[in-house]
Amino acid sequence: MQLKDIMNKTYSAWMDTSAPCTDVALSSRVRLARNLGNNPFPNHASPAVLAGVANQVENAVRQTPELSGLKVIHLSEVSAQDRQVLVEKHLISPQHAKNAENRLVILAADESVSVMVNEEDHIRIQTLLPGFQLNDAYKLADKTDDYFESRLDFAFDENIGYITACPTNVGTGLRVSIMVHLPALVITGQVKAVLSAVSKLGIAVRGIYGEGSEALGNMFQLSNQITLGHSEQELIENLASVTMQVIEQERSSRGKLIAEMREQLEDRVQRAYGLLNHARLVTSQEALKLISDVKLGAELKLIPEVNGKTINELMVIIQPAYVQYLAGRALSPTERDAGRARLIREKIRTGREGNEK
Amino acid sequence: MLCDKCKKRPATVHITKITNGVKSETHLCGECAREEGELTLISESTFSFPSLLTGLLQTQAGIGATMPIHNHVSADCENCGLQLSDFTGKGFLGCSHCYSQFGSKLEPLLRRIHGNSVHTGKVPKRLGGKIGITREIENLRRNLARLVSDEKYEEAAVVRDEIKALEKRLSDDG
Ligand SMILES: [Zn+2]
Ligand SMILES: [Zn+2]
Repeated sequence: MQLKDIMNKTYSAWMDTSAPCTDVALSSRVRLARNLGNNPFPNHASPAVLAGVANQVENAVRQTPELSGLKVIHLSEVSAQDRQVLVEKHLISPQHAKNAENRLVILAADESVSVMVNEEDHIRIQTLLPGFQLNDAYKLADKTDDYFESRLDFAFDENIGYITACPTNVGTGLRVSIMVHLPALVITGQVKAVLSAVSKLGIAVRGIYGEGSEALGNMFQLSNQITLGHSEQELIENLASVTMQVIEQERSSRGKLIAEMREQLEDRVQRAYGLLNHARLVTSQEALKLISDVKLGAELKLIPEVNGKTINELMVIIQPAYVQYLAGRALSPTERDAGRARLIREKIRTGREGNEK
Repeated sequence: MLCDKCKKRPATVHITKITNGVKSETHLCGECAREEGELTLISESTFSFPSLLTGLLQTQAGIGATMPIHNHVSADCENCGLQLSDFTGKGFLGCSHCYSQFGSKLEPLLRRIHGNSVHTGKVPKRLGGKIGITREIENLRRNLARLVSDEKYEEAAVVRDEIKALEKRLSDDG
């Protein structure tokens, strides 16, 4: 497996729509933060220390049979533009893309596991699975952690648990998050009340807003707020039970919408579908908004010819660096919007043809 | 409205984060939002975390003492050389030893972030033995107290012997 293969592949394992609750939950993500014994944390370490840490981790991968399927990538050997694609594919953080020297990313071929070396902490194990699979995402991260731990000496304190560069992460070093798509709660004006209630239950909520008052793509991220004082299982169960309630509320709002406002809803999703199929210039913000409407339409069987996988792929390939990567060169903003519009049309067409077969 | 980060371009992306019912908003221009990864929907946002921490530490210093924090903490971390003022500026500690080095200063901060708590989650296997035994002794002691109060002395004696055996194993290991 080469880095090129990963970059060229627009489909990633997390886009699978046969996973549980993909009608609302997009993806489940787990991150474990770990650090190596006496070495200063990356933000405070010399290049020599960083190189030493990178070397130790790389050796651990090579010496552990269970980890040998992972691909070790030195970010200094990847162009800035390509690193941005890795960010848009959710494999590394923007911060990790910025400082490339002595930084590694270690990837599984299906992109379900990615390990950042020398980001904020020496090691950040991340797993990403489709739909509502918090437990399985944790199991995968936990197992990967065990393999690394068999070779590496992680900093740990009996009282404050795993030691991390930022005190907000000590203890389990666990951040477990789920991305949910809540268009019906937004349309019916309930989203604020629901999310504000959620935030009082130890869950942090993040939404992104573009122009106007609707969250970009109606996507919200729910994650555990604290990392110390509860076991991994408790943190995951808390997030899972809160998420399940949010999913139920979104589903019941969708049911109400379709029962009471079917025509308006159909008009809205078909307009969005029409634009995606025919527009010649599309910005990434507009694309996310349209994709959200089409996704809602597809979940409610209002646009039967669009499948969920296509929509999930679209969310990644419409991003600026990815559009340029697929074009094979740097693009002006207008060229980028044109390229994006073309990619969207092609993806929808091939998705539709795939359905017909 | 100008971008919170570069303070030059107009803010076009507005990020809302709700924590404990408290809403915080970040306003960024498209360019800075992209740089901070705010447009990639699944990424974990770190923007504004260090400043949040700094705020917490400064309010603490403000209780009873108006001096900036670095004026009354002089020691550097023996392992990595970090000064506490570096931490309050950036929100990151220097190395794992910093936690014990600055323990008394960090404790109230950790309490404010996580509540009054100790780690109860996963333990590295190489340490599992010792910590595992300590945890088991704690559990057995609670068990013992219950048995004694229920006047189940025979069972209590068995548990007491188990505790003794475990304590011996701990001290033998050093
Ligand atoms: Zn800016
Ligand atoms: Zn230190």
